[in-house]
Amino acid sequence: MNAKVRRRAASIGLIIGFFLLWEFLCLAFGVRDLVLPRPSQIIITLFQRLPAIWPHAVQTIYTTLMGFGLGIVLGVMIGTLIGSSRLAYDVAYPLLVGFASTPKVAVVPIFVLWFGAGTVPAVLTAMLLCIFPIVVNVATGLATTEPELEDVMRALKASRLDILINVGLPRAMPYFFASLKVAITQAFVGTVIAETVASNRGIGNLMMIASSNFDVPLVFAGLLILAALGVSLYLIFSFIEAKTTGWTRRQDEFAVH
Amino acid sequence: MSLAYDTAQAAVIGTNEPFVELQGVTHTYGRDERQVMALTETDLAINSGDFIALVGPSGCGKSTILKLVSGLISASSGYVLVAGREVGAVPVRVGMAFQNPTMLPWLTLRDNVMLPLKIVQPFRAEYRSKRKTEFRDRVEALLSQVGLGGFSDKFPWQLSGGMLQRASLCRALIHEPQLLMLDEPFGALDQFTREELWAVMQDLWMSRKPTVVLVTHDLKEAAYLANRICVMQARPGRIIEDSTVPFPRPRTVEMTYSPDFVSLTHNLREQIVHASPPKKQAA
Repeated sequence: MNAKVRRRAASIGLIIGFFLLWEFLCLAFGVRDLVLPRPSQIIITLFQRLPAIWPHAVQTIYTTLMGFGLGIVLGVMIGTLIGSSRLAYDVAYPLLVGFASTPKVAVVPIFVLWFGAGTVPAVLTAMLLCIFPIVVNVATGLATTEPELEDVMRALKASRLDILINVGLPRAMPYFFASLKVAITQAFVGTVIAETVASNRGIGNLMMIASSNFDVPLVFAGLLILAALGVSLYLIFSFIEAKTTGWTRRQDEFAVH
Repeated sequence: MSLAYDTAQAAVIGTNEPFVELQGVTHTYGRDERQVMALTETDLAINSGDFIALVGPSGCGKSTILKLVSGLISASSGYVLVAGREVGAVPVRVGMAFQNPTMLPWLTLRDNVMLPLKIVQPFRAEYRSKRKTEFRDRVEALLSQVGLGGFSDKFPWQLSGGMLQRASLCRALIHEPQLLMLDEPFGALDQFTREELWAVMQDLWMSRKPTVVLVTHDLKEAAYLANRICVMQARPGRIIEDSTVPFPRPRTVEMTYSPDFVSLTHNLREQIVHASPPKKQAA
């Protein structure tokens, strides 16, 4: 416990140290804020222009969560389909890898072509980026069900659906929640990319406009907002993961030996 | 209420027909050149309420018989009859327990044991209404019969291997199966726990009288628990000897050291050693 507290303190110290060093180096070498603004300048800009930045942040969160939600629904469906049979898993995997390795940024112009610039392409890009980790994890979770357990269930004349609901899906839950942490950050990346390329709202768009106006402190303020949002989303889903799938870790801590 | 559920078994007890019957059953795994013959031309008849043990070297088709009888796989040729009809034709409740207890880690012991009631008819229809009352009491009663009273709210990772194996037996029995399939259920336990569980298993069988097929490597275990022991041979798998165990019940661990018992297990051992194909280095 003591070691844990010390480690946490060291992490916080490192983060603060990073910003202090940044501030100090900028001052020491007289770096102009057109190139690299100091953290203090960024924070001042952030607070001064918060009313203007805030709607963009809300838009980005909204788009990310929409894409993420769609990604979860589709991802769980596809993952369940693929994971429920060995054959489907083997057959579909190469195609899935193909989709996963295609740079998703390249798809944004196509979405713009289909749906016009705005929120829709951003939501779809977010969905596309976050869907793969969910599909793979859900499918893996289902595919790793112990064969003996399946025998027990089949001897009870359980249907495939019974096995899926009672054994497969609960067993895939830790994999699913682990994938959400990754997926939410991916969705966030997708949103910002799409906003940068083809949107008139959102933090990505704000940063594009600010940089074309050489308003560098505002660009960095946008970056800071993105970092804060990304970290909070990650933390929220780590927390949910820990709450819902405690049984996977407790094993070591409390087992009776 | 258990009377109503036992009609399938009662119908068979009334006649002289065996509850489970294998007629000239051959089973092969794999295809073409890689084919492995797990079981060849096997006949076996098991009476209702009997307790038989299958012993023999690895690869002799013991587990294959279990899977055939419980309908998990279908025979390459020959007939597998349960309750007088082709396996699966008559709905027979089957319970299974393996060497690995395979409890679901996210459920309490109670919910783990209750799982078959959620799946198997006629319990399934009443599961929602009786889950918190009658079924719950039934699980508690069974758990205390195997010495796990007061543990039903624990999770599997809070219990020892022996306790989990007891729970696994409960899960195999909670839906009052007519057929109980045990695939080396005590194989991974230490000597003392194993002997304790033999007594538990004997109690359970004597109080409920399901038809039991036990697969085991342990000759002492087979002789302690079973009414009949079938010795099997590997490559190709078949039954070479079928003997009854004469000892009165309830049997005790003390009895396993009596001269009669020792000579029985010794005799079984001889048969298995002679039946084994010669070792590779000798060939």
